[in-house]
Amino acid sequence: MTVHAATEAEQVSEVLARAAGRHFGATARIETLARESGGASRQTWSFDAVVDATRHELILRRDPPLAGRPGSERSSSLDRPTEFRVLRAAFKAGVRAPEPLFELTPQDGLGEAYVMRRMRGTAIARKLLRDAPYAEARRRIPLQLGEIVARIHATDTATLPPLVTKQAADQIALLRGALDQMADPQPVFELALSWLDRRKPAPVERPLLVHGDYRTGNYLADETGVTAILDWEGAHLGDPVEDLGWLCVKSWRFGAVDKPAGGFGSRDELWAAYERAGGRKVDPARAHWWEVLGTARWGIICHQQAWRHLSGAVKSMELASIGRRAVETEVDLLQLLKAGG
Amino acid sequence: MPQDRPSAAELLAAIADFLREEAIPALDRSEPRLGFQMRVAVNSLAILEREARLGPEADRREHERLQTLLSRDGTLGELNRALAQELRTGQRDERDAALMAHLDATIADKIAIANPKWR
Repeated sequence: MTVHAATEAEQVSEVLARAAGRHFGATARIETLARESGGASRQTWSFDAVVDATRHELILRRDPPLAGRPGSERSSSLDRPTEFRVLRAAFKAGVRAPEPLFELTPQDGLGEAYVMRRMRGTAIARKLLRDAPYAEARRRIPLQLGEIVARIHATDTATLPPLVTKQAADQIALLRGALDQMADPQPVFELALSWLDRRKPAPVERPLLVHGDYRTGNYLADETGVTAILDWEGAHLGDPVEDLGWLCVKSWRFGAVDKPAGGFGSRDELWAAYERAGGRKVDPARAHWWEVLGTARWGIICHQQAWRHLSGAVKSMELASIGRRAVETEVDLLQLLKAGG
Repeated sequence: MPQDRPSAAELLAAIADFLREEAIPALDRSEPRLGFQMRVAVNSLAILEREARLGPEADRREHERLQTLLSRDGTLGELNRALAQELRTGQRDERDAALMAHLDATIADKIAIANPKWR
């Protein structure tokens, strides 16, 4: 570990001890603090807060002060305070998600940040899809994903912070705008967006809470199945079928291509579980439309990720290499367009 | 004048093999985070190896098809820009069989380079 990283960890640890002390109302000792993931700007830290004799297993979500400038990451992402409020509303509505506990204050000096409970399980698709301990979980996951997303969509919108509404037409405009910001023409994505434009569903009259990135890789699961839905920074108001379509995008099946529901089950299983849990009856044509939209969206995000490197905003071999994944979605788009709809 | 052998593809393959067989196992023992990054790098080298072998011919075929499809001349970039524009405005769409045959062939060539295992 570099000297700089040690200094940052020490600062984070001190602030967390103070903030956890405030929240739990007693002296807190911070242990096992470790950076989990994320780039320089959107960080996740894992730590334990020991208060009296109780050990609280926690997660810090944090945008450091300097990195929080607009445009430093995908600009459609929620800021941390809004993400905290969305997570709180969803958790209170009974969604299986990490319980959000407290926010840090500007005086704490860590930037925009909040603390939530650390949940059991892994988010690594490869393990969930193939390792022996998850055999039973694999049967449950498609049903649980249907039930949980129905809960998300049932969240009372009056309990949410102000969120942008994205209807079908808005999504198309956003993706065309993204293509226009990059250098190279993209015939297949243009074809797909025009196809989507001609068939777009009518705007939903009552937009609901949409998770916005509901897919394998963004939830934790253990041997019993899904333990927590993560990554709420894409939350917005819109058409609930968007989440069902995105979950079925082929890129999120991680090789289990014959199991559209996140690599674990069929669309029918997913939709039946969704409807049993109170979700509105799923129109297959509408779900197909959102799956095509999601496929185009992931491909264009691949280009955007590479563009962050190519434009000089961030230097990253990993981001650069994602640009070459976009063609995977072009293959899928041509197949989907031929499947009709 | 052509370079001596190894060709670009042969040299890229040799580098990728070395990194995969010797560097990655060592990194996995000492620096797992770098081991992961090195896998990303090796995967990109494999793409470049296929591109060195297949790319020029794929570009030539795409260029030829675009000239026929659009009935005009221009660089590969210019023709793709013109096609993208026609698709944005709806002048052409998926009911155009010649268009779809061109896109199918183009994407088949691209995925054969970027990720031949994709299905």
